[in-house]
Amino acid sequence: MADIRSYTMNFGPQHPAAHGVLRMVLEMEGEVIRRADPHIGLLHRATEKLAESKPYNQSIGYMDRLDYVSMMCNEHGYVLAIEKLLGVTPPPRAQYIRVMFDEITRILNHLMWLGAHGLDVGAMTVFLYAFREREFLMDLYEAVSGTRMHATYYRPGGVYRDLPDRMPQYEASRFRSKKDLEWLNKDRQGTMLDYIEQFCERFPTAVDEYETLLTDNRIWKQRLVGIGVVSPERAMELGFTGPMLRGSGVEWDLRKTQPYEVYDRMDFDVPVGTNGDCYDRYLVRIEEMRQSVRIIKQCVDWLRQNPGPVMIDDHKIVPPTREEMKDDMESLIHHFKLFTEGYCVPEGEAYAAVEAPKGEFGVYMISDGANKPYRVKVRPPGFPHLAAMDEMAKGHMLADVVTLIGTQDIVFGEIDR
Amino acid sequence: MTAVRDFFRTFFLWELLLGLKLTGRNLFARKVTVQYPDERGPQSPRFRGLHALRRYPNGEERCIACKLCEAVCPALAITIDSEQREDGTRRTTRYDIDLFKCIYCGFCEESCPVDSIVETRIFEYHMENRGENIITKDQLLAIGDKYEQQIARDRAMDAPFR
Repeated sequence: MADIRSYTMNFGPQHPAAHGVLRMVLEMEGEVIRRADPHIGLLHRATEKLAESKPYNQSIGYMDRLDYVSMMCNEHGYVLAIEKLLGVTPPPRAQYIRVMFDEITRILNHLMWLGAHGLDVGAMTVFLYAFREREFLMDLYEAVSGTRMHATYYRPGGVYRDLPDRMPQYEASRFRSKKDLEWLNKDRQGTMLDYIEQFCERFPTAVDEYETLLTDNRIWKQRLVGIGVVSPERAMELGFTGPMLRGSGVEWDLRKTQPYEVYDRMDFDVPVGTNGDCYDRYLVRIEEMRQSVRIIKQCVDWLRQNPGPVMIDDHKIVPPTREEMKDDMESLIHHFKLFTEGYCVPEGEAYAAVEAPKGEFGVYMISDGANKPYRVKVRPPGFPHLAAMDEMAKGHMLADVVTLIGTQDIVFGEIDR
Repeated sequence: MTAVRDFFRTFFLWELLLGLKLTGRNLFARKVTVQYPDERGPQSPRFRGLHALRRYPNGEERCIACKLCEAVCPALAITIDSEQREDGTRRTTRYDIDLFKCIYCGFCEESCPVDSIVETRIFEYHMENRGENIITKDQLLAIGDKYEQQIARDRAMDAPFR
């Protein structure tokens, strides 16, 4: 009689630990993984193809929906590629705003990652605490762009609007005493920059809290240390970027190695791991949150002192202000032209990459001189990471697969596109 | 010495106790939870929610059927038909927004030269029957009439930035 040793198991796409719609076919030998075969494509929305049929600006909103936990970084990559083709540079204030919101996005993403990773591995509390802090950042997103997630805030040539001069406040209700309400609105009295600064003051303490709960926790360490070890050479061969690469000990960060916007003026450190296991990647991301706070603080200081335009003054690309549009015939014509056909981008091709929270998010764009891109290719950071799943999971237990999905920070919006 | 300390820390579940201390402290800390239907979180004047069509103070509808919003809509959610009215002005005869298609990017509001189509603060709405996802001109105008004060206040607040 044939001796059947291995069997296959279907993991996901409805498994809560599969982070969305990942389906994995696992070939197991008892409890041990022999082969992990990720099946993707369940969230394919043809974003790249859709972008080919729309004027450039109209696809910005769809970029938010790629990696839906680091929205503005995706926009940033797309907008940078267009700017490269157009040959325009946004005014410095817009660049600082972009850098600030990139870092806010990084914290948003890492908090989401931390909460979900903790929850997957069994630490429930961190999830709640991480989401508590996340709410403050969501409020920032809403205050600046009008939506909590899909911002559509970056535009080629700058950002849509300047930062608001006040933060929305909580309103009185029968559930809150007056004192409670005052306490809730305490940070919201000043401008948005004051609010961000106060967040930066208290956020490192929150990170300390997460660390108290996790870093030394024996269960957390048992689940993470030595799991999914990737050597630095192998990490580079596999095309890892971001914290996945830095966790393996390779000091590679696009913000340092090929600075875009004003990152070269920022003072921050790039954390790297040593062992290349899940625990190191966890430590790297935790430290990245602290470094992000440092960058945000520097941006806040600069933005306080330097008011100015947040959009270039070229009405062939950027629509005029509403006041101009209503007073001036030529501005009105520009307004109509831009909102019907958009702008034409000179023929050529460009690749622009940003250090998104998950790694290198790149947009490769070919223009044939028309008002819509000839081809857009998105390079999502999660794709090569997921491709290494087989290699990372081999020889580990079934429960470790969940840890690996967590540590890879998989989001299917960007992988399937 | 460190080995001895580490041994006792491990043995007495030191790091777990630290974690318990933290969660215990948070148990008695002030709550930030918002009791949602009765209590709301703060909402920005820039909020992009359900659409509305506005009127001028004299009651005339603002929309002139220039179809910029229809052209700029990335999701092709807006459908407009227009006609010349008896007084010679151009007005829409049909203004439909498919709320299932809409991605709430705010481009329609951005493009509108007469501040007619706006995205309001309303974010909690529902449909009960098939087809109700398409809201018509009358519905849009009704929303605009109902929330006009709020809409005007929000626009005024945001005017310096646009």
